[in-house]
Amino acid sequence: MTIPATDNTSETAPSKSEAGITLEILRYIPGTHSEPTFQRFEIPYVEDWSMLDALGYIKDELDSSLSYRWSCRMAVCGSCGMMFDGVPKLACETFLRDYYPRPIRVEPLENFGIERDLVIDQEPFLEKLESVKPYIIDAMANAPSGKPGAPAGHERETIQAGENRQTPKELALFDQYSMCINCLLCYSACPQFGLNPAFLGPAAISLAHRYNQDNRDQGNADRAPALNEEDGVWSCTFVGYCSEVCPKSVDPASAIQQEKVRGATDWALSWLLPKGAR
Amino acid sequence: MRWKHHEPFFWSLFGAGGVISAFCVPVMVLLTGFLLPLHLLPEAAYNYESLHALAQNLWVKGAILVIVALSLWHCAHRIFHGLHDVGVSTGPLARTLTYGLAGLSSLALLILLLTL
Repeated sequence: MTIPATDNTSETAPSKSEAGITLEILRYIPGTHSEPTFQRFEIPYVEDWSMLDALGYIKDELDSSLSYRWSCRMAVCGSCGMMFDGVPKLACETFLRDYYPRPIRVEPLENFGIERDLVIDQEPFLEKLESVKPYIIDAMANAPSGKPGAPAGHERETIQAGENRQTPKELALFDQYSMCINCLLCYSACPQFGLNPAFLGPAAISLAHRYNQDNRDQGNADRAPALNEEDGVWSCTFVGYCSEVCPKSVDPASAIQQEKVRGATDWALSWLLPKGAR
Repeated sequence: MRWKHHEPFFWSLFGAGGVISAFCVPVMVLLTGFLLPLHLLPEAAYNYESLHALAQNLWVKGAILVIVALSLWHCAHRIFHGLHDVGVSTGPLARTLTYGLAGLSSLALLILLLTL
């Protein structure tokens, strides 16, 4: 994006004798501003400050109108994803010292609509996430004396009858995918999502895969319609940048390819099996 | 479930072609692109008669079909999705040109092998 930067350093900025660093932050309020612009902030350089600390300093000391999402400060909540010099990262685990003394360009996550400044519109993602039913479906079907689709009262009985056991090997099939924190860095990294916003995308597919791989879950068929449609797993061309930027070392690219194999098997069976058995 | 598209078919051929392209094609390129033209193999191994006799074998015919046809399907799928990546519309024309070329070439190869 080639947007001219305006110098809006506040009067309360630290004196020039201190070591400082420049942040160029994209500012935009749809409906109020005609277009996004970059605002330049000179802030003190503190070696152990994360970008989130720097943004907090700006909001507290220089410009309280700056908007951004954040919560946990420790890469757990997935709220503070944004672009630093064009790379999607979490603000809480990106540090000024890795950029100093160069100025840092801060933008909202790529490929999403802007709600205000660094806050992006998550709604389209949340709809996709919902469509893959990211929760265990019919967990007690495999439990001792369990029956698929049994009423809640029966579920309580089966819980009393015994726990739903899982071996370390069964856990290993989906463990890494359960680490996803929905930070959406992978959607910003994905060129296919950039070209086609209808693409289900890396995080939603990873979470679908996480539950499809869980031996307690009986919901593969419920998730299949969202995964198998053209904008489901098939829009992915295995660029792999999603897996590179993931702050929790989830490998969405792998999840998508595994779901493609599952989809291809379903497709082949839809031709081979008689109609009633599909 | 009912399938409204047949992308898994093309993706499966692409995947199989990818394995062939990664493991077999480099060997074929080494043999036919370097070792044969540079006369680094004994002449008896690559003269017309011995290669023709080799290609008469049903297993070898199958291997040639698999290596060449699947590589073509791999290329077709890669080009089709590559067009989308560079912003070229991927409508029925692009689909027909890419997959059609791979299909026709595979068919031509099959006929050639059967009539060899």
